[in-house]
Amino acid sequence: MEKTAKPKSRLCTLCNEKRAALKRPKTLEQICRECFYTVFEDEIHRVIVDNQLFKPGERIAIGASGGKDSTVLAYVMSELNRRHNYGLDLFLLSVDEGITGYRDDSLETVKRNEIQYGLPLKVVSYSELYGWTMDEIVKLIGLKNNCTFCGVFRRQALDRGAALLKVDKLVTGHNADDIAETVLLNILRGDIARLGRCTSIITGEDGPIPRCKPFKYTYEKEIVMYAYFKKLDYFSTECIYSPNAYRGFAREFIKHLERMRPRAILDIIKSGEDFRISTSTKMPEQGTCERCGYISSQKWCKACVLLEGLNRGLPKLGIGRSRGINSEHNANTKQANGTQSLQSKQCGSLDF
Amino acid sequence: MQLTLEFGGGLELLCDSVKSHNINVDPQDGEKQLTMKNLLSWVRTNVIKERPEMFMKGDSVRPGVLVLVNDTDWELSGQLETVLEEKDNVVFISTLHGG
Ligand SMILES: [Zn+2]
Ligand SMILES: [Zn+2]
Ligand SMILES: [Zn+2]
Repeated sequence: MEKTAKPKSRLCTLCNEKRAALKRPKTLEQICRECFYTVFEDEIHRVIVDNQLFKPGERIAIGASGGKDSTVLAYVMSELNRRHNYGLDLFLLSVDEGITGYRDDSLETVKRNEIQYGLPLKVVSYSELYGWTMDEIVKLIGLKNNCTFCGVFRRQALDRGAALLKVDKLVTGHNADDIAETVLLNILRGDIARLGRCTSIITGEDGPIPRCKPFKYTYEKEIVMYAYFKKLDYFSTECIYSPNAYRGFAREFIKHLERMRPRAILDIIKSGEDFRISTSTKMPEQGTCERCGYISSQKWCKACVLLEGLNRGLPKLGIGRSRGINSEHNANTKQANGTQSLQSKQCGSLDF
Repeated sequence: MQLTLEFGGGLELLCDSVKSHNINVDPQDGEKQLTMKNLLSWVRTNVIKERPEMFMKGDSVRPGVLVLVNDTDWELSGQLETVLEEKDNVVFISTLHGG
């Protein structure tokens, strides 16, 4: 016998027919499962249309980690593409960092998604691209700075994978909670330039592959509820090399705010957006890395600096302020490569 | 009272990687009903094997953990005050793990 909802739960405020299944954090409406699917998908469609994220005929890579966000993104993107005739060619793009017991398992999830959603999958690996797996890097450098490597290498690996797939854009599963968290972290670091940029729904339009975030306004709670109700197959284990406690605190703070006042998440994003006008910080000129050709404002890109350190047995090279290799360029472009971008999620939540 | 508990989104790692638990739990002495508040403290003692702070904060779940009773968001049934009945199904999902 199917258990029914508790008597306290009321009828859906949208259809007035079925029993409500959840309370929306954004609007506090109590709605049924079917109405939830509809508003959830429609809102993402509106975000895509209003921000002109795609053009018909484009090839789009979905950054797929096997986690909840990118799994729901892949599912919803293929639904919307069909339903609204976006005319997009969709691909799944995954990065294999070489983390035994973590990435190998989550890649299995992505491989199942490939079949379930009928989307071709491309996997690029650290060992192929850089000659090092994360397991080997951690063995050498320990757990202290490994997220710097992870973050820099992953960003570039995704761009390279996207280039191999010849896609026009890369979409990632960053959700509203992630963006609110990044806004807070950029405030805490006093990084006003990044604070403005981190709320942009499209970034890197001047770079090789623009990235966009269709879930910018989508609450994590709704993504997880959607995955649960639809029984989507996702992987949810913390990265074993994820010691970013600072980010963890920011996350926890946001979840506390959300519990007291769910709109807080959207309000933080709004605050970040409103900072965008006031940025007078000059962005460094973009050139290309002399070594690998990747975009870089300095002689060598961050990945090449880190790699050089690894290969020379000096893994501290390139962590924190860049010294040495790029020093002659350092005077006016200190900002560009010196600090790790907060745009990508912590390694533990590998959603790029 | 027989209940089914399910842990997901990484919370299963706190209970020996077992996702589904059939449990037998009765209202505490002197109480007629079993509420979610009672159940949570029972789960903390009897089901969670490690790092209880990943599951609970104070007498409720940690912010970021979703709770569904019979597939309905517990925010609709009174959260900690939700009264449980025979054969109810309670699901805990962490939103904090993974991307
Ligand atoms: Zn409804
Ligand atoms: Zn380079
Ligand atoms: Zn990492």
